[in-house]
Amino acid sequence: MTSVNNLFEFIKGIAPIEDTAIIWVIAVAIPALIVFLVMAVNALIAVYFERKVSAFMQDRLGPMEVGIFGFKGGRKFWGGIGQTLADAIKLLTKEDIIPADADRKVMIFAPFFIFLAPFLTFIALPLYENVIVSNFNIGILYILAVSSVGVIGVILAGWASNNKWSVYGAMRAAAQMISYEIPIALSLMLAIIVVGSLQINDIVQWQADNRWFILHSPFAFIAFFIYFVSVVAETNRTPFDIPEAESELVAGWMTEFSGFRWALFFLSEYANMLIVSVVATMVFLGGWLSPFEIVNMPGFDLPQPFLAFFTNSVTGPMWVLLKVSFLIFVMMWFRWTFPRLRVDQLMYLCWKVFIPFALANVVFVSIWELIF
Amino acid sequence: MGMNTEYLKELGIIKGDEMILNMGPQHPSTHGVLRLKIHTDGEIISYIEPHLGYLHRCFEKHCENLSYEQCIPYTDRCDYLAAMHMNHGFVMGVEKLMGIELPERVEYIRIIIAELQRIASHLMAVGTFGLDVGGITPFTWCFRDRERVLDLFEYLCGARLLYNYMWVGGVSHDLPKDFIKRTTEFLDYFETQIPEYNQILTGNKIFIERTADVGVIPADVALNYGLTGPNLRASGHSYDLRKEEPYSIYDRFDFDVVVGEGTHGTLGDCWDRYYVRILEMYESIKIIRQAMADIPNGDVHEAIPKKVKPLKGDIYTRYESARGELGFYIKSNGKNIPSRVKMRSPAFASLSALNEMAEGWMMSDVITILGSLDIVLGEIDR
Repeated sequence: MTSVNNLFEFIKGIAPIEDTAIIWVIAVAIPALIVFLVMAVNALIAVYFERKVSAFMQDRLGPMEVGIFGFKGGRKFWGGIGQTLADAIKLLTKEDIIPADADRKVMIFAPFFIFLAPFLTFIALPLYENVIVSNFNIGILYILAVSSVGVIGVILAGWASNNKWSVYGAMRAAAQMISYEIPIALSLMLAIIVVGSLQINDIVQWQADNRWFILHSPFAFIAFFIYFVSVVAETNRTPFDIPEAESELVAGWMTEFSGFRWALFFLSEYANMLIVSVVATMVFLGGWLSPFEIVNMPGFDLPQPFLAFFTNSVTGPMWVLLKVSFLIFVMMWFRWTFPRLRVDQLMYLCWKVFIPFALANVVFVSIWELIF
Repeated sequence: MGMNTEYLKELGIIKGDEMILNMGPQHPSTHGVLRLKIHTDGEIISYIEPHLGYLHRCFEKHCENLSYEQCIPYTDRCDYLAAMHMNHGFVMGVEKLMGIELPERVEYIRIIIAELQRIASHLMAVGTFGLDVGGITPFTWCFRDRERVLDLFEYLCGARLLYNYMWVGGVSHDLPKDFIKRTTEFLDYFETQIPEYNQILTGNKIFIERTADVGVIPADVALNYGLTGPNLRASGHSYDLRKEEPYSIYDRFDFDVVVGEGTHGTLGDCWDRYYVRILEMYESIKIIRQAMADIPNGDVHEAIPKKVKPLKGDIYTRYESARGELGFYIKSNGKNIPSRVKMRSPAFASLSALNEMAEGWMMSDVITILGSLDIVLGEIDR
């Protein structure tokens, strides 16, 4: 997947179509379809992974019954490999219930709004050097801006349900997601200050020339953890899952949704996890660079063929995938270990701990850049 | 929604921007079919009114039409998480009414079983409390270990939840062959598990933030509300019927009454109520070990009367169940059917203090406080 412009030129070259408008539609539709597939496959795998991880942590087996195409792993890790696929099919065929007093139009519309945010975010999200839908120069700014669109959908979903619990969930979600945008943005700002570019490619290039950004300075190290904890809150996962706190609000703003609409929520949640992990990987953990290039200092060089073997177009995406999987695993680890915070404690953590520290980080990194 | 709120405002039931929120009877964290009517302004709670009766099965009225032996299975179904305690409390009353002298072995067996049941019940309380504050893993860990206690009970009498094990004048089955050995194995294993709960939950910073200082009830207020058992002891008041009024043969065992100390906050907060239960499991282990060490031989069916037909009279027995002081008032008019049975439910008293504790706290804290009280709706509604 390269940028849409290249795809346009490519299709124009091979297809006997005169009308450029049609070619444009095709050139946009293909990446859109691929992004959707990536989201769907990600959700399928991540849900299965999450169920197995939780089972492992809780002395259980997890899904063990459903195979796929007759393939069953028995009592192995992949014992119930077809489970999430079966669940997805079940969700798609379920009745779509809309409560009698709900705001019909908004309720139908809201899940798509929530889905839109991660979907659009994928446009600027590289998985490798040029594996990106559109490589424009405001990459990180765009990701931050678009990923926060989902909040509107959450409020709409909660309000339209005409259920007090849903409104609680929606209001909590809105407060939480908007608050945690700020430490996230401030943490990513460090990379922008240092690299001087909003483009993720440039940030990774800087890391290839110098060192992984997490090791740039003590401040970048702190910023990574602020960023990571904040994105766990941003994606509404335990210990910050108060918007959907199942023991308090049943399912928060998702309570009244079922079937396909609910599946969209699920898809978005796991897509958001993927997005924030990819951004963390690209900005802080060296993107597609191998762990052998963690620092790039004179006198510390590894032989060039060795490096080329570990960082090329084949292993590069693999490193991204590994780092992203690890971060997603850590998020799951959080979820199955920690209790949940209360609303006021969550806000305290954001406004009185993370934001002051993140602001101080920005100042200190600027000074650091002046000195070194 | 709007019209109703206006009307309630006119009546002066709710003030300002408040609304009435129904929690339950179908809610994941009300520990049964409890309905809480919550007056709330956003997240802050101003008043809670528990509505009961969704699980009312006329236990007391049923007893007036059943013979004493037939009442025992009904007591199982009151507190289904500590059914042995209910059995024990009820048969103790009937035995006292009839003046039955129990064989030593029966007393020892009853103590062992009752303390195992206390462990199982406290595991449930600790696990679901973890679930209430958002941690799912402690819940499954506690259930894994509770399962082993239930396995022991299944080995003992065939039932896993509702046992009908303790009979008037004895128990239904003697201990099976390897029971003592299996129980020792379980206790050895279980003692290493409690530190694990402490690692995942007790010492967790978030858990302490959520539970310390929340839902404080001072000892005097707790006494006024009639709180008993772990909930009262967590407020620092040392009161345990096993020590105060040693029924059965509890006076022969060496164990401590655990009281709350306000380790992470005020005395009598949710954290204390939780931790008292953890420590009580250690005490139960102690008692079981002592009882198993000097259990005598004998026939467990020896003292079972041919006909349970007490003389005219009435009796009130008190029993330290896992949830607090369980009382049975049994009145006999000389027939084989009780003329009146009244149960004093410990969880009912605990629940009555909910408004006192939760007022001014937030939505999430209501769940925390309710979880820390460890109520069982079967027992409250009876």
